[in-house]
Amino acid sequence: MQAELLDIRNHIVQHAPFDEMPEELLDRIVTGIEVVYYRAGTQVLELGQQNHWLHYIRSGAVEIFRRSGELYNRIGEGEIFGQFGLLRNQKVRFPAKAIEDCLIYKIPYETFQLLWENDENFADFVEIEDHSRLRTAVSRKHKSNELMSAKVTRLIARAPVSAPTTVRLQEAARIMTDNGVSALLLMDETGDSPRLKGIITDRDLRTRAVTNALPSETPISEIMSEGLITISARSYIFEAMLTMLHNNVHHLPVMEGHEVRGVIALSDIVKYESQSSLYLVSNIFHQNDIKGLRKISREVRDSFVRMVNEDANSHMIGSAIAGIGRSFSQRLLELGEEKLGPPPVPYCFMALGSMARDEQLVVTDQDNALVLDDSFIPEEHDEYFLALAKFVSDGLAECGYTYCTGDIMATNPKWRQPLCVWKNYFTDWIENPKAEALLNSNIFFDLDGIHGETDFAEQLKTLIVDKASSSQRFLTFLARNALNRTPPLGFFRTFVLEEDGKHQKTFNLKRRGTAPVSDLIRVHALACGSRSQNSFERLRDIGKTKLMLDDDTGNLRDALEFISIVRIRHQALAIEEGREPDNNVRPEDLSPFERSHLKDAFQIVSNAQKFLRFRYNAGGATRNV
Amino acid sequence: MSSILRVGKRKQNWPETYQKGAEQAEDQRIRAFYEAGCPAPETPIGDVPLLALDFETTGLEAAQHSIVSIGLVPFTLSGIQLGQCWHQVVRPRLPLHKTSITIHGITHSEIENAPDLEEVLGPLFEHLTGRIPVVHYRNIERPFLNVALQNRVSERLSFPVIDTMEIEAQLHPKRNPSRWQQLLGKKPVSIRLADSRLRYGLPHYASHNALIDAIATAELLQAQILHHFSPDTPVSDLWV
Repeated sequence: MQAELLDIRNHIVQHAPFDEMPEELLDRIVTGIEVVYYRAGTQVLELGQQNHWLHYIRSGAVEIFRRSGELYNRIGEGEIFGQFGLLRNQKVRFPAKAIEDCLIYKIPYETFQLLWENDENFADFVEIEDHSRLRTAVSRKHKSNELMSAKVTRLIARAPVSAPTTVRLQEAARIMTDNGVSALLLMDETGDSPRLKGIITDRDLRTRAVTNALPSETPISEIMSEGLITISARSYIFEAMLTMLHNNVHHLPVMEGHEVRGVIALSDIVKYESQSSLYLVSNIFHQNDIKGLRKISREVRDSFVRMVNEDANSHMIGSAIAGIGRSFSQRLLELGEEKLGPPPVPYCFMALGSMARDEQLVVTDQDNALVLDDSFIPEEHDEYFLALAKFVSDGLAECGYTYCTGDIMATNPKWRQPLCVWKNYFTDWIENPKAEALLNSNIFFDLDGIHGETDFAEQLKTLIVDKASSSQRFLTFLARNALNRTPPLGFFRTFVLEEDGKHQKTFNLKRRGTAPVSDLIRVHALACGSRSQNSFERLRDIGKTKLMLDDDTGNLRDALEFISIVRIRHQALAIEEGREPDNNVRPEDLSPFERSHLKDAFQIVSNAQKFLRFRYNAGGATRNV
Repeated sequence: MSSILRVGKRKQNWPETYQKGAEQAEDQRIRAFYEAGCPAPETPIGDVPLLALDFETTGLEAAQHSIVSIGLVPFTLSGIQLGQCWHQVVRPRLPLHKTSITIHGITHSEIENAPDLEEVLGPLFEHLTGRIPVVHYRNIERPFLNVALQNRVSERLSFPVIDTMEIEAQLHPKRNPSRWQQLLGKKPVSIRLADSRLRYGLPHYASHNALIDAIATAELLQAQILHHFSPDTPVSDLWV
């Protein structure tokens, strides 16, 4: 650097993160600078625009905006902006506008990268700033984000209003009026502690009581709704909305264990700005044929991209996309029943794999099965269920959920069986484990009943929980299978690349990223008797036991979140650029930030696999059968 | 923004001047400079490669004083590349007065060890060639360079410059208030580099050397164009 440029270096060195930087790095900054003047009112960075510069304000002031156009930050002399996009795909994530005449020092991406790699302070500063600012941004007034980040408990305005199930109609109406509530919880008080039994709403009173001119002495238990849909106090507001839309209910009791914390109404949520994926779900249930469903299925990807841009985490995105997929299946089943008539025996439609785990993304196939009532007689009933399975499966394929290559679909007679047969399947898998058979049945250990007699699916979950944790051999085989796929990390922390279909050197973020993690989490979850299906929820259950160290479960959760979010962003980027999303990532498509953190995440997975091998004695073939 | 200002004098046909110069020049460097050509007068200023240029001199008279240092930085309206800047101290042929030493912050030993301008004509011309010089106060750089060239290679160099001070002068034609106005407290408008910069919100530079002043001039021109002209303004509206 020319000594005559000291003035410029002296200005920079007064401001974090440059204040403790060695001189040679500062010199690199100065000699790379391009100076640009912006008049007040000029848009310096436009949303989505390519930007290869870190911007340093030498004089003036700049306003930074969120995508929504909401003001996010106001910064001045000595502060930097533009780093958010540089950490990712060099596209502007936060637009910037000069509010005073500004002199900006633009620092090129190559220098940014050099600083990021060589100066820990700098890397921490831009990353931590990124995170903390993003977090504050998320928790700001931004309403669609609040749906995703705020818990349902925030909507509870008052203690629940309840009455025993023994009250009469008139008494119930009086309690509701006195307390000014639109729903009354009805408690069964025969046991040790009162348990939630039913609910009655304003609407029920009008439609069931008044319309039918019921006497005021009618026991409330005769007209209340039972088999209540409830939601856990830990749920996010957006999950509550999904649940309401799924089940077409307008009131949700919020539960903490068996205890009711409160009731939230649809109107409580509607006060929040509505989020597109939720509209999509309600829209699905308004479609009356496959053509209509296919049409709106095109919006799934927009919805996905929007959530990514809203900085939703992978759990939220996975649940929302799985919720959408579930809604398509449910609506197709309803349409199928309309077309074919009511089912001859009760049945449960099960989702398997990523949909059951609430970890679905946009590149997905369908994995499903039918559990039929034990009164099922193949000769008499199977024609109906085959037709129904085919209707749903074809419909899903129309909506972008491709047929399962492994034929794990209800159209396959093997996976369209009565409950007793299913119980035998699971008992056999667990008690007589065979490596190969288990490899193909892994997916059945992530299951969720989504339509019909969902209790059948719950019975299967109970059976799994009862048997799996005590079958060491089963866990050993499951663990061995979970070790088949390793993270793509070489000995010297280099990425191990494979050639993809387009002859590009890539690594697969699903096969060698998220899948190995969810596989190993499944083993631990089954070992500790967890009923959860979602990997994050399973980790929480595992964390409650002493199976793994707290640090290790925490690290694994972070690793899964990071790998998932990189995979999600990779897909969202492809969609935005009009390409077909996939799971194959080229290292050069990642920012230095992502590359480095991805390596850390893979290292954590690799260590977790070592622990799995040790814990379940899954090493080597010494105990082969 | 359409501009009512026109600093440039259209009479001079610079491209033609360059053409003739290329035919007549003896010195190789000067010929190369002319051969690189001059942008057509109607070229938008946003498309013109520019070179902010500043000389520190022992005085104001080209015939009596000498160049002590040269600072320059190439730029365009879209950015000033600090990595491309150049600063050179040269040994004046005339004795250096003590007073000017303090002004320029250049020590005797620096000057004693500095090369003669002739030795650095190569790099100087490399930077000049293909670019329109931008200066603050046109009566320094062009005349001093011509005297220096006359003394060393017996040739002169004709080229247009953009003068940021001239632009300020035209923006503030009545910058010296009448006695009446002075009585009312009106201050004269200064068109010096540092004062002009303040009007555009440009920062104050603590040090003064040819390079920082060249950079300051480049920044000032960017600001002037964005405030009073536009990147589409023909270069001939600006050069003199």
